[in-house]
Amino acid sequence: MAVTLPGTEAGGAADGVAPRVNDFAVKLANVNGTGSSSANNLLMRAMFRMGVPVSGKNLFPSNIQGLPTWYEIRVNKTGFVARAREYDVMVAMNAQTYAADIREVRSGGFLLYDSSWPLDQLLVRNDVTYLGVPLARMVNEAFRGARERILMKNIAYAGALVAVLGIDMEIISDLLTERFAGKEKLRESNQRALRLGYDYALEHFECPIDCHVERMEKYDDLMLIDGNTAAALGCVYAGATVAAWYPITPSTSLMDAFTRFCERYRRDPETGRNDYLVVQAEDELASIGIVLGASWAGARAFTSTSGPGISLMNELLGMGYYAEIPAVIVDVQRVGPSTGMPTRTQQGDILACAYASHGDTKHILLFPCNPTECFELAVKAFDLAERFQTPVIMLSDLDIGMNDWVTPTLTWDDSYRPDRGRVLGADELEDISVFHRYDNEDADFVTPRTLPGVSEKGAYFTRGSGHTREGAYTETPDEYQAVVDRLAHKHRSAARAMPEPAIELREGARAGVVTVGGCDLAVREALQILEQRGIALDFLRVRGFPFGPAVEDFLDKHDLLFVVEQNRDAQLRSLLVLETPVPKDRLRSVLVYGGYPLSAADVVDSITAQLGA
Amino acid sequence: MPSIVKPSVTHPAAAQNSRGLTQRDYEGAMSTLCAGCGHDSITAALVHALWELAIPPHMIAKLSGIGCSGKTTAYFARGAHGFNSAHGRMPPIATGASAANRDLTVIGISGDGDSLSIGLGHLGHLMRRNLRMLYVLENNGVYGLTKGQFSASADVGSTAKGGASNRLAPIDAMLLGLSAGATFLARSFSGDKEQLVPILKSALAHRGLAVVDVISPCVTFNDHEGSTKSYLFTRQHEVRVTETDFVPPEPAIEATIPENGAAWVVMHDGATVRFRSVPAGYDPTDRAAVTAYLQEALARGEVLTGLLYVDEAPPDLHETANSSREPLVSIPYERLCPGAAELSRVGAR
Ligand SMILES: Cc1ncc(C[n+]2csc(CCOP(=O)(O)OP(=O)(O)O)c2C)c(N)n1
Ligand code: SF4
Ligand SMILES: [Mg+2]
Repeated sequence: MAVTLPGTEAGGAADGVAPRVNDFAVKLANVNGTGSSSANNLLMRAMFRMGVPVSGKNLFPSNIQGLPTWYEIRVNKTGFVARAREYDVMVAMNAQTYAADIREVRSGGFLLYDSSWPLDQLLVRNDVTYLGVPLARMVNEAFRGARERILMKNIAYAGALVAVLGIDMEIISDLLTERFAGKEKLRESNQRALRLGYDYALEHFECPIDCHVERMEKYDDLMLIDGNTAAALGCVYAGATVAAWYPITPSTSLMDAFTRFCERYRRDPETGRNDYLVVQAEDELASIGIVLGASWAGARAFTSTSGPGISLMNELLGMGYYAEIPAVIVDVQRVGPSTGMPTRTQQGDILACAYASHGDTKHILLFPCNPTECFELAVKAFDLAERFQTPVIMLSDLDIGMNDWVTPTLTWDDSYRPDRGRVLGADELEDISVFHRYDNEDADFVTPRTLPGVSEKGAYFTRGSGHTREGAYTETPDEYQAVVDRLAHKHRSAARAMPEPAIELREGARAGVVTVGGCDLAVREALQILEQRGIALDFLRVRGFPFGPAVEDFLDKHDLLFVVEQNRDAQLRSLLVLETPVPKDRLRSVLVYGGYPLSAADVVDSITAQLGA
Repeated sequence: MPSIVKPSVTHPAAAQNSRGLTQRDYEGAMSTLCAGCGHDSITAALVHALWELAIPPHMIAKLSGIGCSGKTTAYFARGAHGFNSAHGRMPPIATGASAANRDLTVIGISGDGDSLSIGLGHLGHLMRRNLRMLYVLENNGVYGLTKGQFSASADVGSTAKGGASNRLAPIDAMLLGLSAGATFLARSFSGDKEQLVPILKSALAHRGLAVVDVISPCVTFNDHEGSTKSYLFTRQHEVRVTETDFVPPEPAIEATIPENGAAWVVMHDGATVRFRSVPAGYDPTDRAAVTAYLQEALARGEVLTGLLYVDEAPPDLHETANSSREPLVSIPYERLCPGAAELSRVGAR
């Protein structure tokens, strides 16, 4: 039935491209809702277990079933696993996108397809090796139920890829055993489907093909985890007890993970009672309100959301800023404006978060670049929020939050104790003659607060309306300004407490590159490629706002700077111009904002073009 | 405008509650509302109720949204933490405060604009969550602070000061509560302290959310002829469906409960709310019957007051969430952090 195609038997590259061991990219084109992502994830996990640096990125639609969805696996022995723009292997499982998918394979690459039906000759390329596997036919013969056949077809192509890509069969089997622990029937049928594809590939192709994986020394200091799970763990470890949220992609899995970890770690074994409370609120206005109320009463509280939620939270974020109430908000950014593209990634909320709310309002921002930093900066967010008595927003994104990353192992120092900031207890209140909420600032311009339920002497009236240092209502210019000026100083002072930027310097660098968050890997890979082409560039990744002296110093030392970010309007660049002394004309932009994660090629192309190199 | 501080001279003769506190100790800053504003009478009733219940002031968290009503949190319980938040947003903030510290006596003060327009969603969901708190809706049919626009509680045909007649159907907080699962619903009148104080006390003893809708005339914008929220209209159309009496949880008093024609509900802390139904057969524990009765009364143009509905059985937010009996704020960090050893077990390797 299958069309005989060039190279099918040979399994070698048609145009003699050098073998790509542990250095290639696979794209899998699927139909949403058919269960393909678990098969794809299985392949990625197996490669990781072989010690090979790998990434898996889900490019999925905002849809439950039927629309096209892709999964991209990038393998790179040096660890540069940002999204590739060129694919060595395409797994074409979706008839709707077949034509486009075939076009995306690099010359000399491979295409694995279901050969149960003949392939349209118009879709055949001479420079691509076609690997036809009669998946539907095999699966229909081996399995009964309609749903089972659909699911097992995925496992069958995974089996073929195991053979083709040289993945260790034993590792895959172990993974299946772990996944289906206690579900023997499921494990058995998965195992059977896997073998169908595997055996067929071994028999019909020369396996493995030149793009394949080989075991590497296992990195003990790396783990596989997504950013939302890691951020949730950060909230658990920081001691958050109250959480409020309203479901929104791509942040939902963060609160799901938080709840799951709390069920595991925060249930009193004796009483069965919970040392946490998660409220699924009626909307994001309520989520942030609950967080502020809980923090006001002394709990560590947080919410997770995405852009539309941030928009709704604006009014109360300003109240938190002005009334000086801690709050932690995790914004897992997606493509805006408006509903935008809910399942695509972007860094479009930087300015909206920095100045969220009306009036003179400024917030503390944290920018993790991977799941490890999601964990670490989530903990830091609580310390900063309580130290500076203000909302802190951590800006993650869909790519970091929802995809599994090979990332430095999360570690914890058991001597950590939360920085609860300046909170006066009953005894301290006894020692002072009178308590005024917004008076008696420390070197960071922070004034002590008190909690309800502690002492009448600490009672004060919190208000979002104009207030004096004493906390009383005011409409008097001097009294109002005394407070808001201190808030400006406090925000500036927080710069010293921000996480240091990540910096990489290169000898003879002609210019600098500034970037943020999830651009990290792609930019660092790009700088290595550029260096090989004779263009040395220094690198800085900001990790927090307000910007500290290290950022200002870097900007000051470079006459030309490229700011790489994933939004249309160069928001990081604007923030740098507004909040540091850097002259505007030194900053050029590299902007990629179509919704897919950044790849090094995007950065290399843009910088090369701008330098006229 | 500087805030006005009331001279705090303690009257030696002032009666003391079981904590040795006088009513003065439950007062706050001097009100800046218009003389005669219904909201001030509600504040006075609250002071009285809190004093009688001898609630330790520092255990009170008093919160409000924005409006003339929202300002009143400053006018009582000076020994309590107060929070005059944002327009319509008091319910979530109160939810957070109570989530963090379940031992607090949470009191929310709101207006009809605050509760039934901008904050309607929050109020509905607060009812569903059954957060343990006293929610006072100071209902004057207008937006006082923004100078007299109709609110969502204005009745059809009620006229504004300038003569315009309201044509939009009113939202009735009590009927809303009955459909959204509220567990304590009462209506009263700011001009009737005798009725309001025992209702507030009962509300404070309730297991979950207690909504007290108090008709509170705005003397400046809505007390004229033609308004259905004026002092005169309310007096003329008020129909008391229940007479409420609050009996604190003391065994000695319990013995006196059974009384001719009276029924009672035992609150979760052992206190008793005794009520007498004025229309024979009105049963404030029968949700369907109360809903029907309220709808009929509304059609008759009556303003029903009294404890309209109560159900002590449903769990409050903390009970539903099965959270620790100890307030979450009091749990030591050591108990919250799973530690390094556990972290090494998560994620795939
Ligand atoms: C977001 C927002 N919109 C509008 C306002 C203006 N505003 C202040 S109070 C109020 C209405 C208050 O009416 P109500 O809740 O009935 O309180 P009352 O003054 O009648 O006691 C409005 C619209 C505001 N403070 N915030
Ligand atoms: S305007 Fe109305 S509601 Fe506001 S203080 Fe005056 S009387 Fe009271
Ligand atoms: Mg009003």
